Amino acid sequence: MIRLVDITKTYLMGERELAVLRGINMHIDRGELVAIMGPSGSGKTTLLNLIGCLDKPTSGSYYLEGKEVSRLSSGELAQVRAQKVGFVFQTFNLLPRLSALANVELGMRYAGGSDPKRALEALAEVGLSDRANHRPTELSGGEQQRVAIARALAKKPPLILADEPTGNLDSRSGEEIISVLTSLHAERGITLLMITHDANIAHHCQRIIHLKDGEVVSEETI
Amino acid sequence: MKKDQLKKWLEPLETAWVGVATHKLRSSLTILGIVIGVAAVISLMSIGRGAEAQIISNIEKMGSNLITIRPGSFTFGGVRGGVSETLTMEDAEAISKQVPYISAVASSYSSNLQLVMGGENTNAQVNGVTPEYMQINNMKVAIGASFSEQDYQCGAKVAVLGANVAKTLFGNANLIGQQMRMGTIIVHVIGVLESKGTRFNSPDDAVYIPLAAMQQAVAQPRTPQGGRIVSSISLTVSDQSQTQNVIDDITSLLRTRHKLAASADNDFNIMSTEEIASTLSETMGTMTLLLGAIAAISLLVGGIGVMNIMLVSVLERTREIGIRKALGARERDIWLQFLIEAAFLTFAGGIIGVVLGWVVAYLVSSMGLMTTVVTADIVILAVSVSIGIGLFFGFYPAWNASRLNPIEALRAE
Repeated sequence: MIRLVDITKTYLMGERELAVLRGINMHIDRGELVAIMGPSGSGKTTLLNLIGCLDKPTSGSYYLEGKEVSRLSSGELAQVRAQKVGFVFQTFNLLPRLSALANVELGMRYAGGSDPKRALEALAEVGLSDRANHRPTELSGGEQQRVAIARALAKKPPLILADEPTGNLDSRSGEEIISVLTSLHAERGITLLMITHDANIAHHCQRIIHLKDGEVVSEETI
Repeated sequence: MKKDQLKKWLEPLETAWVGVATHKLRSSLTILGIVIGVAAVISLMSIGRGAEAQIISNIEKMGSNLITIRPGSFTFGGVRGGVSETLTMEDAEAISKQVPYISAVASSYSSNLQLVMGGENTNAQVNGVTPEYMQINNMKVAIGASFSEQDYQCGAKVAVLGANVAKTLFGNANLIGQQMRMGTIIVHVIGVLESKGTRFNSPDDAVYIPLAAMQQAVAQPRTPQGGRIVSSISLTVSDQSQTQNVIDDITSLLRTRHKLAASADNDFNIMSTEEIASTLSETMGTMTLLLGAIAAISLLVGGIGVMNIMLVSVLERTREIGIRKALGARERDIWLQFLIEAAFLTFAGGIIGVVLGWVVAYLVSSMGLMTTVVTADIVILAVSVSIGIGLFFGFYPAWNASRLNPIEALRAE
């Protein structure tokens, strides 16, 4: 599903070059549930952005479903994102002016067109059918994150990337979110990559990849 | 399939609507800028067009196939002098006989005379006219009668008054058959002309009597050759397509008759109403355009307002743009979204502006201040220009938005 070969990412900070990723090699199979852990500044989010085609590596190759995507134009990358990748963010990133349903529909919009029926279905899958017409501000943090998951889910992408999905939630809501994500993974065979700080959450996953200073330092299979 | 395509078009419109509706006051003020611009263009141009139409209709009232010949300036020792007295009755007769495509010729001799009626008196141009004059100049009698053949022949001391003169001297009193002193002679009023409503050199301000009667009131001067001098010769052309030929023929005939050297200027002026109409409508067209251009400046200012708001809007929605990009929106999608939003603002402004401009134009003409004409081309122009302004001034903000880096945009607050 995902194969990274010698991926590096360097940012220019004024005059200085800042190497965020220094040669990442990684292989993730279809249907895997993987946690990425590491101290802040270790390059977790940068790695996730690269895998999610929001960014391009400075060097190295990235194969998504066997196709090299590291050299695509920004327009082509946008299409890959639209078709293949669902994002779940720490800060939910819902559009405040739109209802939960409209937010979920927005997730399908660039993937070929929104479909209210499918959007409602996705909301039902995260247990929020009764909140479809509420705005994000009228929902609790846990509910907002579930809307965000429904948004990522609605277009039925093969890959879902979650960047600290429980980071802004209390532990009870966090557990809810994790159980939603893991059950989606179990029921649908979605490939799920999750950044987390929480070792308990990481242990729900099949594999944990530890990152430090832009390199993979260890992997453990659970 | 068809439904999907419809959706593809409707979705960006819906998004634009949400964008506009989110900031109602801000959007309204931006739209107002465009509304004022478009309304100004519509109302000012309609006033210009109205003036144009009015002038043309006034000229048509004078008779559309009318040619008027007046004495021109003369040159004396290389210096262009004042108005000469060069046209004569005999010129008129020669034109009538020798120039083809003429249906009638009339001449008049005019003088400013004091008119006295009871306690009222006024100064007016008195025109001694030959029989065809009234018909050629498209003058109709509103009250009473015009001159009879006999009046012309024996120089009856009867007068037909222009509408304004009649009002000044008689008010609303019955004036038919009343006596009036005109210079040194006494005349009977037999009729009043229909008002033409024109302003300059209007028959409304003149008095008409038979030429023979005029000769008794003032001595009609003669040229050294003995020709009886007239103030103007007017004639109608039977075939309007021949107007230019008729003018050319008259010019050469008069030059011969007046024995002008080949190098000398004409000592007369020939004007056709057609020519006057086209000159005037050209001038008015330029003025209309100028008015429109002035109004367009306010439209431009409105457009800058749109650009300003769109830049703010893009900045404010950086995060939204990042989210959309993460969801798979291409640069084109983002660009289109903001462009449609800008065009939406100006289109709404354009439509409201047209309605407002129309109302203003209607009020101006219904209050009798000015005639206004709203034509389809003005409306189409104003609406398409307003959309164009939206696209033009929305282009840069939309482009800015589309170029945002999704990762940085997502980090924005």
